[in-house]
Amino acid sequence: MTPLVTLESRAVPLLRDNIDTDAIIPSREMRSVSKDGLADGLFAGWRYTAIGGREIDPTFVLNQPESKGAQILLGGSNFGCGSSREHAVWALAEYGFRVVIAPSFSPIFQGNCIRNGIAPIVLPREAVEQIAAGFADGTPVTIDMPSCEVRMGLAVFPFSMEDEARTMLIEGADAIELTLRHRAEIEGFFARDAAVRPWIYLAD
Amino acid sequence: MTEGPLTLAEKIWSAHRVMTLESGAEVIAIDRLLLHERTGGVALKSLEEAGRTVMHPSRVFATMDHIVDTFPGRTDKTLMPTGTAFIVSTRESAKRHGITLFDIDDPRQGIVHVVSPEQGIILPGAILVCPDSHTCTQGAFGGLAWGIGSSEAEHVLATMTLRMNRPPDMRVTIDGVLGEGVTAKDLALHLIAALGSNGAKGHIIEFAGSAVRALDMEARMTLCNMATEMACAGAVIAPDDKTFDWLEGRPYAPKGEVREQAIAAWRALYSDEGVVFATEHRFDAAEVRPMVTWGNSPQHAAPLGAPVPADALSKADQQRAVEYMAVTPGEPVAGLPIDAAFIGSCTNSRISDLRRAAAILKGRKVAEGVKAICVPGSTQVKAAAEAEGLHEVFLEAGFEWREAGCSMCFFAGGESFAPEARVISSTNRNFESRQGPNTRTHLASPETVAASAIAGRIALVSEIAA
Repeated sequence: MTPLVTLESRAVPLLRDNIDTDAIIPSREMRSVSKDGLADGLFAGWRYTAIGGREIDPTFVLNQPESKGAQILLGGSNFGCGSSREHAVWALAEYGFRVVIAPSFSPIFQGNCIRNGIAPIVLPREAVEQIAAGFADGTPVTIDMPSCEVRMGLAVFPFSMEDEARTMLIEGADAIELTLRHRAEIEGFFARDAAVRPWIYLAD
Repeated sequence: MTEGPLTLAEKIWSAHRVMTLESGAEVIAIDRLLLHERTGGVALKSLEEAGRTVMHPSRVFATMDHIVDTFPGRTDKTLMPTGTAFIVSTRESAKRHGITLFDIDDPRQGIVHVVSPEQGIILPGAILVCPDSHTCTQGAFGGLAWGIGSSEAEHVLATMTLRMNRPPDMRVTIDGVLGEGVTAKDLALHLIAALGSNGAKGHIIEFAGSAVRALDMEARMTLCNMATEMACAGAVIAPDDKTFDWLEGRPYAPKGEVREQAIAAWRALYSDEGVVFATEHRFDAAEVRPMVTWGNSPQHAAPLGAPVPADALSKADQQRAVEYMAVTPGEPVAGLPIDAAFIGSCTNSRISDLRRAAAILKGRKVAEGVKAICVPGSTQVKAAAEAEGLHEVFLEAGFEWREAGCSMCFFAGGESFAPEARVISSTNRNFESRQGPNTRTHLASPETVAASAIAGRIALVSEIAA
């Protein structure tokens, strides 16, 4: 995973509430048993003029020239609700987004972001709207993970994120690798627990 | 151990705590991992690519539900153009890693959240995860169950644990008695409409109160299933004799002496008197009416016959929903003509759901021009329904009778309802294009779906009973 420490980019406003994972990557766009090849299907229902088509809808914010190369996406509350499909995050990442800022996230989506190097940053709605207002002027937004700040011009928006999540993003850590360092403790737990709850442990 | 009174969720969580990390996050033991071909196959593939193995394959189960066709005589071929690849890849990986697979032709096959309870895979006090957002369905058994992503599934495959911070607790107490013809689905939609699609954000909801205890196990599953539509981190109901009785004799549930030992332990699974929840809500079951959704979020729900909010056009998300759904603020959706009716999904496809729908359909016909489909939640549900002749009721009424699977609960690029079709559906999501390009889905109970199919418009059971 590529570490995410600081980043400066425009922030694309897509301030709808309840943007679900079907909208982020429609099921029909998940064509292979793979994490790749999904960027083209990102927001397919909104980006293109017809379902299943590839004709660009110029009114959709992602298709506006100001959005080109942006690494920050702004969303409404309960962002990433719906299906648990991680493809939504893989599509966002492959398209180039490293940060999503929203008033709240669906828990599964939030977890998926962290495991794929995307920072899900929670800011109050007013702050998200203030950042969105800077989009048209091309005002760059800075994400500072170590200091837990989003900055735009003179404005500073502090955010909080669980230490575990923040560390994983900053270090670009592989969670499985980190956990497997505790393999002995894990197997020890299972050995003790099997005596207490034998009905859980089936024969491997 | 933590002192003082504990919530049910905390009791289960602390029994699974392997260690607390420096970051404050915890390593939590996972008892059961379930996979399906749409998101599980990629987790297995990714694990293999990283050169890792499955730590405890006996506690990992896989089924074919999301992409597999539900037409009679189905094979690995799917209407979804690349669907076969998902099926074959999941099957081959499961075999390689010694994971129990309920394959297409297996009598145990079906929707993951229907199959797991049927097989006794979920148990009280257990922690079960699955890369599917409706995993919280299985919290109905007094275990903790929640949806994860494919990477987290890969983490569980490799380590049989997750790294997490414990979610806060919310208690939703529902006392009183549900009215005649009012179901767990109506109750769920009532709660979501009241609390909002973000109303339980990141919390584990415990459903409590006399109305919840009165629900049978299948109704409890329906209630917990819809909890994810409030952005919860999980949902749970304290187990009781109904739970233990329901699980008795299931293939993976404990038997004999171990069952006695298990039940003794399970009886301690409740929230202690005086424990404080981060959030509390109370509802009166008597106030719940048969519900139907009018918009594109499950929170856009109202009693059947009640109007779409008159001020909907002044709110951004509601304005979009009103336009998309072609409904009129101030007017009810009841009475709108429908193009299709769907009974199925992990919300409402169990034998009790099919029985209640069949009771309404018996001796009646689906209105002309309405495409009506019934998809049992599992091959076992299908067999049970056929044993009591329910399939004949559905077929004679004009419903299609399918093989088990998720089917048209969602549109995966293969089979779908017609563009802009108005669908009354026993499923859990009414998002844009959820059941096909620009389809208009109205969520309701199986009873309301059956009644509407007969009436040819969104209708109450009482309207067709006359």
